[in-house]
Amino acid sequence: MIKEQTPSDPTKTAAGELSADVTDVKNAQQGPGRRHGRSRLTAGQKPRWTAWAVAGGALIIAAALMALIGFNIAGWLIITAILYVVAMYVTTTIMENRRKATDGLWTNLIVGSFLIALIPLISVLWTVISHGTPGLTAPGFFASDMKGVTGITDQKTEAGDLPLIGGIKHALMGTLLITLAATIISVPIGLLTSIYLVEYSNDNSLSKVIRFFVDVMTGIPSIVAGLFASGLMMFICQKILQMPPGSNVMGFSAAVGLSVLMIPVVVRSTEEMLRVVPNELREASAALGVRKWRTTLKVVLPTAISGIASGITLAIARVVGETAPILVTAGVALSTNFNLFKDWMMTLPVFIYRQLMNPTAPMAPTASEERAWGAALVLIIIVMLLNLLARVVAKIFAPKTAGR
Amino acid sequence: MKLKRLGQAAAVLSIAALGLTACGQANNPGASSSGAASGSAAEGGSQVEGTLSGSGATSQEAAVTAWQTGLAATAPNVSVQYNPVGSGAGRKAFLAGSASFAGSDAALKPEEQDEAKKVCGPDGALNIPAYIAPVSVAYNLKGVDKVQMDAETIASIFTGKINKWNDPALVKQNEGVSLPDTKITVVHRSDESGTTKNFTDYLTAAAPKAWTYDVVEKWPSEINAESAQGTSGVVKLATTTDGAITYADLAATGNLGHVSVKVGDSYQEPTEEAAAKTVETAKKVEGGSANDMAVKLDRTATTAGTYPIVLVSYHIFCSTYKDQNTVDMVKAFGTYVTSQDGQKAAQEAAGAAPLSTSLSDQAKKSIETITVAK
Amino acid sequence: MSTTTAPPALSSGSSGRAGDKFFSGLTLAAGIVILAVLAFVAGFLVLESVPALFAPADQISAGTSFFTYVFPIMIGTLITAAIALLIATPIALGVALFISHLAPRNLAKPVGYVIDLLAAIPSVVYGAWGMLVLGPLMVPMYDWLHTYLGWIPLFGEPSTTGRTLMTASVVLAVMILPIITALSREIFVQTPKLHEEAALALGATRWEMIRMSVLPFARSGVVSAIMLGLGRALGETMAVTLVLSPGILTANLIGSGNQTIPSEIALNFPEAFGMRQNELIAAGLILFIITLLVNMVARFIVNRHKEFSGAN
Repeated sequence: MIKEQTPSDPTKTAAGELSADVTDVKNAQQGPGRRHGRSRLTAGQKPRWTAWAVAGGALIIAAALMALIGFNIAGWLIITAILYVVAMYVTTTIMENRRKATDGLWTNLIVGSFLIALIPLISVLWTVISHGTPGLTAPGFFASDMKGVTGITDQKTEAGDLPLIGGIKHALMGTLLITLAATIISVPIGLLTSIYLVEYSNDNSLSKVIRFFVDVMTGIPSIVAGLFASGLMMFICQKILQMPPGSNVMGFSAAVGLSVLMIPVVVRSTEEMLRVVPNELREASAALGVRKWRTTLKVVLPTAISGIASGITLAIARVVGETAPILVTAGVALSTNFNLFKDWMMTLPVFIYRQLMNPTAPMAPTASEERAWGAALVLIIIVMLLNLLARVVAKIFAPKTAGR
Repeated sequence: MKLKRLGQAAAVLSIAALGLTACGQANNPGASSSGAASGSAAEGGSQVEGTLSGSGATSQEAAVTAWQTGLAATAPNVSVQYNPVGSGAGRKAFLAGSASFAGSDAALKPEEQDEAKKVCGPDGALNIPAYIAPVSVAYNLKGVDKVQMDAETIASIFTGKINKWNDPALVKQNEGVSLPDTKITVVHRSDESGTTKNFTDYLTAAAPKAWTYDVVEKWPSEINAESAQGTSGVVKLATTTDGAITYADLAATGNLGHVSVKVGDSYQEPTEEAAAKTVETAKKVEGGSANDMAVKLDRTATTAGTYPIVLVSYHIFCSTYKDQNTVDMVKAFGTYVTSQDGQKAAQEAAGAAPLSTSLSDQAKKSIETITVAK
Repeated sequence: MSTTTAPPALSSGSSGRAGDKFFSGLTLAAGIVILAVLAFVAGFLVLESVPALFAPADQISAGTSFFTYVFPIMIGTLITAAIALLIATPIALGVALFISHLAPRNLAKPVGYVIDLLAAIPSVVYGAWGMLVLGPLMVPMYDWLHTYLGWIPLFGEPSTTGRTLMTASVVLAVMILPIITALSREIFVQTPKLHEEAALALGATRWEMIRMSVLPFARSGVVSAIMLGLGRALGETMAVTLVLSPGILTANLIGSGNQTIPSEIALNFPEAFGMRQNELIAAGLILFIITLLVNMVARFIVNRHKEFSGAN
């Protein structure tokens, strides 16, 4: 009896207290003179306006400090932020307790880091958008390549006699085709390898070797990947297929070079994503008598698909901006080429780099710069669309219970 | 719901992108002129057809772009593709046989000439001057639009020994010019380049005491100075920095001032005419075949009206090629480049100084000798 | 998942087994392809570098030996990458935590999206941004550092153009920030809800919950993300090339000087010829080895904490 009553007793009292609190809160809210700390629930919590008060105080003190050493807005905001974080920690420690204060401190730091990160990122975006819009909105920017555009026409453009002519059709097509080819080569290889590493290898020595060498592959300088691809394709084209010299310079060679850079990124990110799929899911599937390969395809992959899609997007993003390997494998072209297996190809990063570094008209670089920034903006938009696509794919395949 | 919305957004965006590409009107100037060009070519009877690949100096890119367009008028079916990978890489590609010609800021070295015999036959390769580029010692100094220097002073500035614009050595050579007390910021090329090679070649020859770093393609790292990549990089950096001095192709120096360099007893501004005169008086490099046109510039010449810091940019062709079609394409391209039309196109588009008439004629003769290997 | 019921698997046992065999064979083959590619690349690298590694002193551009040539730029590479990581990692983890656990959902989604996007901006663009915007912006800060902290050798004579190692590091940090953020966020989100709820139910504050359930769970993934970021920072060419005025190795982070291996390769490779080319590829080999060592250390750290991994 006693034993049964003992646990029930505190419950009762607790419930009683809780209901008392509730009425208390109600009273507090209804009462005209609503004071903080009156209810038991909010007792020991600092009032809502503390944060604003501390922020205001920090602003004023920072302004005073800056007045002493010379005022500028950036310094003012920085000192304010530091003062705010410190002051909030101290106030919370005094008014509440140390644990709450630590919680608040880290929340502030995390939000702060987020705000700090926004500054350069927004600056980069703004730079590209503001510099890129004139080029992007020039009529025919997407429909033209650089055929026939010379220093003479660019000088006229700069003098105002001609609108901005020339465009990025060749580079846009090159980028899309080469990246697509590289993705088609590296995603299956990368995905299958990571499935092998996580699902089939049981951490045997081969898997350790593969994992190690994938790590090694992430360290290949991109120019080396390009040279390797160029050498490999030269060997295949001239020695095996008996094609004339120089025929190895084509879009496909560039795709091979990019794959070398892309595969390790795909493997690493995919492996990580497969690894965090809860074992319970695999076990549940196995318990239902499902074969391992079907478990992998129908349970493990869909669970991880959002992360995998994100990883693949990152991998594409990593290579879509590569310049050096493309230059040594696919060359530089002025006109549009749709054939991956014949003749040189242009890509957007190469176009950007060349137009910035070696303007079409050395004495009138403005036109080239406009085209370069316009191309940069297009490149970002492409990646944005890719990203969207990855998300849609992830949504379609992901089980409904996937996390945030 | 979300999925649907995302899908819709993606569809709209992709359709918009496609629309921009497909339905937009191309603005390429070639669209109208190529028709006319093919008509004139039919009269001229040039039946050469194919793609000629070259690779080489980045500095030639602007000029080659102009030639690619201009060639359409005489040989409409020949398309030239040029990969601006750099002089060294271009020569290497040429020697490996993967490029039919190389554009280079320097002629083939003797050992490369030996190697060229493997791909080009016993007569080796031909260095044909494609254009001349005076290298300007350019500066950015508020309120000063004329500065004169001798080689010694230039070397001292670029090695950091003179670091103020009102240094006595400068004041002495610039009477009547009020030089401010500004710090000199030296800007050099951070990449290996033919321009650096030419510039240091001049310093080594003309100011051996002040310049002890020899002829280099890459700026000596012992000298601590600002640097940037490429001609446009150094020009941009110098233009935004007061008191900066750099060296770059005259055509690309924009609003920067040009230092007049001491030649003999007078000071010579960098001009196209002075550069052409320098190359005219230069000696031919010994040891090459009769048709090889590589020249050795005299950096210490005292002839009035010459400008010593000049870069000669070459096209390197084989003396023999394996098939007639390549020979025809090379001839069509090479002849056009060295013709008056080609030189004019490069001058207008890239600001390159044209070859003199006699050099141009000589180049034409050399190109005529290119034949099919037996 | 509702289709994967027991009977089909039981009845079509043999075909299922064949499928299993085929699929595992396929995955194994993919792994082997990677090994083969890498063997080729490594072979290519070593073959091309050997001449430079053992070349006599007079053929090397530094004049003494390959190692005296490569040592300063190796140190430069490590310093740049280290500073970039020091700046980027805490901020990136903060942003990732903010998106996964603190931000309201309707803010977290678009922000996460923008971060993914930023990971994709080509390095040429970051480089151009660093050259145009960041460099000039840093000049007053460098002057300030030199005036007040000039007694520290790190803050020597400041550059007048802002083209310094410090600027390059900041650009690299901005570049790798989205990468680390994107991958860490994915991992943080995967933390089992039960762990989080259990922590909260025990009365943990939000930070304590993050510290006790999210971070241990994510440790291996986060290290992996940081290593990917480091890999990009170490191998980055264009951004450094466009932002730095290279020179000899110096402790002065805010003046011109210092150089990184990838930038050295990118700047000099086009005009390189003969031995110089071998020398640059050998420098690439050194970079390769550095990345390798870094990765091995990372693997070691991850393996020590394996018990926290989800699929153990």
